[in-house]
Amino acid sequence: MTVIDAALARSFGLNAEEYDRVLAIQGRTPTLTELGIFSVMWSEHCSYKSSRVWLRTLPTTAPWVIHGPGENAGVVDIGDGLAAVFKMESHNHPSFIEPYQGAATGVGGILRDVFTMGARPVANLNALRFGDPQDARTRRIVDGVVRGIGGYGNCVGVPTVGGEVNFHPAYNGNPLVNAMTVGIARRDRIFLSAAAGIGNPVIYVGSRTGRDGIHGATMASAEFDQNSEEKRPTVQVGDPFTEKLLIEACLELMQTDAIIAIQDMGAAGLTSSSVEMAGKGGVGIDLDLDAVPQRETGMTAYEMMLSESQERMLMVLRPDRQALARAIFDKWELQFAVIGKLTDSGRIVVRHRGAIEADIDLAPLADQAPLYHRPTEATPPPLPLQTPSDPAGLAAGLLRLIGSPDLCSRAWIWDQYDSTVGGQTVRRPGAADAAIVRIEGHARALALTTDCTPRYCAADAAAGAAQAVAEAWRNITATGARPLAVTDNLNFGNPEKPLIMGQFAAAIGGMAAACRALDFPVVSGNVSLYNETEGRPILPTPAIGGLGVIDDAAQAVGIALRPGLALVLLGSTAGHLGQSLWLREIAGQEAGAPPPVDLAAERRTGDFVRAQILAGAVAACHDLSDGGLLVAAAEMALAGDVGAALLPGPDDLPPHGFWFGEDQARYLLAVADPAALLAAAAAAGIPARPLGSTGGRDLTLPDGATISLHALRRAHERFLPDWLDQPGV
Amino acid sequence: MNAAIIVFPGINRERDMAIALARSLGRAPRMLWHRDDDLTGIDLIVIPGGFSYGDYLRCGAMAAQSPVMRAVRAHAARGGYVLGVCNGFQILTEAGMLPGALLRNAGLRFLSADCHLRVERADTAFTGHWQRGAVFRAPMAHGDGNYFAAAATLDRLEGDGRVAFRYAEADGTVTAAANRNGSARGIAGIFSENLRVLGLMPHPEDLVDPLLGGEDGRPLFDSLAAALAA
Repeated sequence: MTVIDAALARSFGLNAEEYDRVLAIQGRTPTLTELGIFSVMWSEHCSYKSSRVWLRTLPTTAPWVIHGPGENAGVVDIGDGLAAVFKMESHNHPSFIEPYQGAATGVGGILRDVFTMGARPVANLNALRFGDPQDARTRRIVDGVVRGIGGYGNCVGVPTVGGEVNFHPAYNGNPLVNAMTVGIARRDRIFLSAAAGIGNPVIYVGSRTGRDGIHGATMASAEFDQNSEEKRPTVQVGDPFTEKLLIEACLELMQTDAIIAIQDMGAAGLTSSSVEMAGKGGVGIDLDLDAVPQRETGMTAYEMMLSESQERMLMVLRPDRQALARAIFDKWELQFAVIGKLTDSGRIVVRHRGAIEADIDLAPLADQAPLYHRPTEATPPPLPLQTPSDPAGLAAGLLRLIGSPDLCSRAWIWDQYDSTVGGQTVRRPGAADAAIVRIEGHARALALTTDCTPRYCAADAAAGAAQAVAEAWRNITATGARPLAVTDNLNFGNPEKPLIMGQFAAAIGGMAAACRALDFPVVSGNVSLYNETEGRPILPTPAIGGLGVIDDAAQAVGIALRPGLALVLLGSTAGHLGQSLWLREIAGQEAGAPPPVDLAAERRTGDFVRAQILAGAVAACHDLSDGGLLVAAAEMALAGDVGAALLPGPDDLPPHGFWFGEDQARYLLAVADPAALLAAAAAAGIPARPLGSTGGRDLTLPDGATISLHALRRAHERFLPDWLDQPGV
Repeated sequence: MNAAIIVFPGINRERDMAIALARSLGRAPRMLWHRDDDLTGIDLIVIPGGFSYGDYLRCGAMAAQSPVMRAVRAHAARGGYVLGVCNGFQILTEAGMLPGALLRNAGLRFLSADCHLRVERADTAFTGHWQRGAVFRAPMAHGDGNYFAAAATLDRLEGDGRVAFRYAEADGTVTAAANRNGSARGIAGIFSENLRVLGLMPHPEDLVDPLLGGEDGRPLFDSLAAALAA
């Protein structure tokens, strides 16, 4: 018999003070199942106990926001009576332990968060951070994560249309896998999770419950040590076929009036779904675990309540629609079981084999959940940058940069993701700054992106987080779409360390300022803390998933050059090289402050660019970010397979500062009528500069150097296949 | 002229296919759940792409045993048209309605990218709106598209003019580089003996709209519309 005491609670992730609170709420020693329920509900992963005080300061409203944070996903009005439902979520810890299944189930989990609200998933994106390519583990992790994302997303038939990848040694023992799903629903048919109706049946649908993933949420709330690989049994196993059936069955049932409340069983499985549904509805819930469909024999109440088996949902149905619902799940060959009912007790009561295994008052379980104002400490400012001279020259610098891990072609990754299924992908990965996915049967399309520059955040978390929001906004703007809202995935180290908590607090401040200035509220998100291995934290990584809408998909522009156009640079260039990729890759330094973010300039420049695109004046547009102006020009040339001849920069800036600096709020446009654009920009007070012309098969640099598109492409496309397709992964 | 799309559990490109068919036929196809086996009045049966039954056995192997496939076989025996794309092609080979098999891609990775296909004959109900030797673009999205058959079978397919499409360069040259999944003799699609059953791996149905990158796939559906109207 297991002894229930503070030591066991500690091993479940509850500290002594938290365990005392459990004792006080229960008025006795908890059962093993009760302790399990408290420990997962009060884990960092489920309770946000370190982050909640800061998350409250984010702007979450706008006239177009239908549901902000607090539901399974954010919901925004996109017109035509439709809503976009979207969220991003991390699966970092599992993806280190078991890359394929960790990433696959990350995709599965975020899909469920979206279709549980009544939306058909129409697009997946992912934001990935891996360790140093030189580290022996990185190759296996990249390979497994990419296969896992593809394996799940391809099978469920949701196109993977975008994302981002960075490499840095800080992620060596702790890769980040942040998956985002976007769905479309009728705006008057959004399904929520608040249970209602005393006596109504609680229904379990989907896969059977097994012993996989027990205490996954607790694992995700602790640092890794040398023995982390031993945690493999806490990783869940995904079944995308069943998920596909579950999507179709749920969406079919949602055409009826049968569902009162619905919630997916994600982290902490049956525990969190039942507790949250009952808690939000202010009702009690009785569960009979003997009725739970089980994959294994002899499972205990503790195991069933804590299992994170995938592809399961919990619903409260109208009793008179139960037969209709059962018929739909029978058609899709999925489990359908009545496992309980709603009560007026305000308690969760779990019965198994004739015994009461848990009996907890729901109000204190929620209200007395720990909430920490953890101490913060500011990150010391980075060393000032001594402006370096250029050791390489523009041509050699460009070739090295576009072949470097952070800037090389991502085709090796995209080519493993089905990006066209659904038949609505207007701009595929790499074709535009944001993926463009049309809404079936409508002219309207979504513009989707994920962004974060962790090296900026490490140097200055506030500026870096503001930059992440601004870049997402810019990427949507650069297609002609109107940015509407963001989902965030806040990946940080151990919050019990004041420096980490300081990074977190500063990042929230930077995000909040940028979201306010750009009318770009946060409508959903996820916090992933304890991203440390053996005491070494990751770079602070507040990944931003941005969503915008364009009324007519035919008006969206991509980055591909066509011949016979003029290039025009919009925005101010100060030649900012601090924390730039040029500085790291060419000058060999990670130093200086990140580029300042002028939110008023972002807004002014972006609004101007969008208006020009919608007026039909722009053939191609690319925002300037990693690698700066010359990298952007090269990417546009490669995307269109068309060359360009570039004009010199201003005399008062060193060429490497002008061409590789990472100043923000800038766009490179290809237009047919540059005079008209320059005049319009002057009238709007936007700095604009003619930059050259398009055509031919070469990129001709202002210093006279000429790089053929062929050589540029070879440099750009080599790294990932050379590294990852060699035998022995 | 009526088209029906058969939906097995795990099929996921049925909507793409319905859009493409509706564009060319002028009317929406019937969506047929795999347990319905009444094909009365259907002229064209389409088995679309996806992961039927998760492809957890061999790709298409489970669906090929489904009762509806008896009706599909009978329809083909009567001279009815059948189109199988991607998983649909795999199902047709597993059902024995087309020869050969689709093996794991040569690179052992899922492949999602555009390819160019050369039209090997233009005198069939599926290809009449192309010229022989024409080249068109189509997205690939498969992990198991590496067409394989015994040499004698391949010889017979070629001799009988049953190769529909081959992977090619944009100029129509058949090269190893253009054949990314490693298919035998660059074969991307084949006909049945009576030329009324076509299976192919790439997805013409995902390229029928200029806004989505072109209408390269449209002649397949226009050809069928003309054949069915005749």
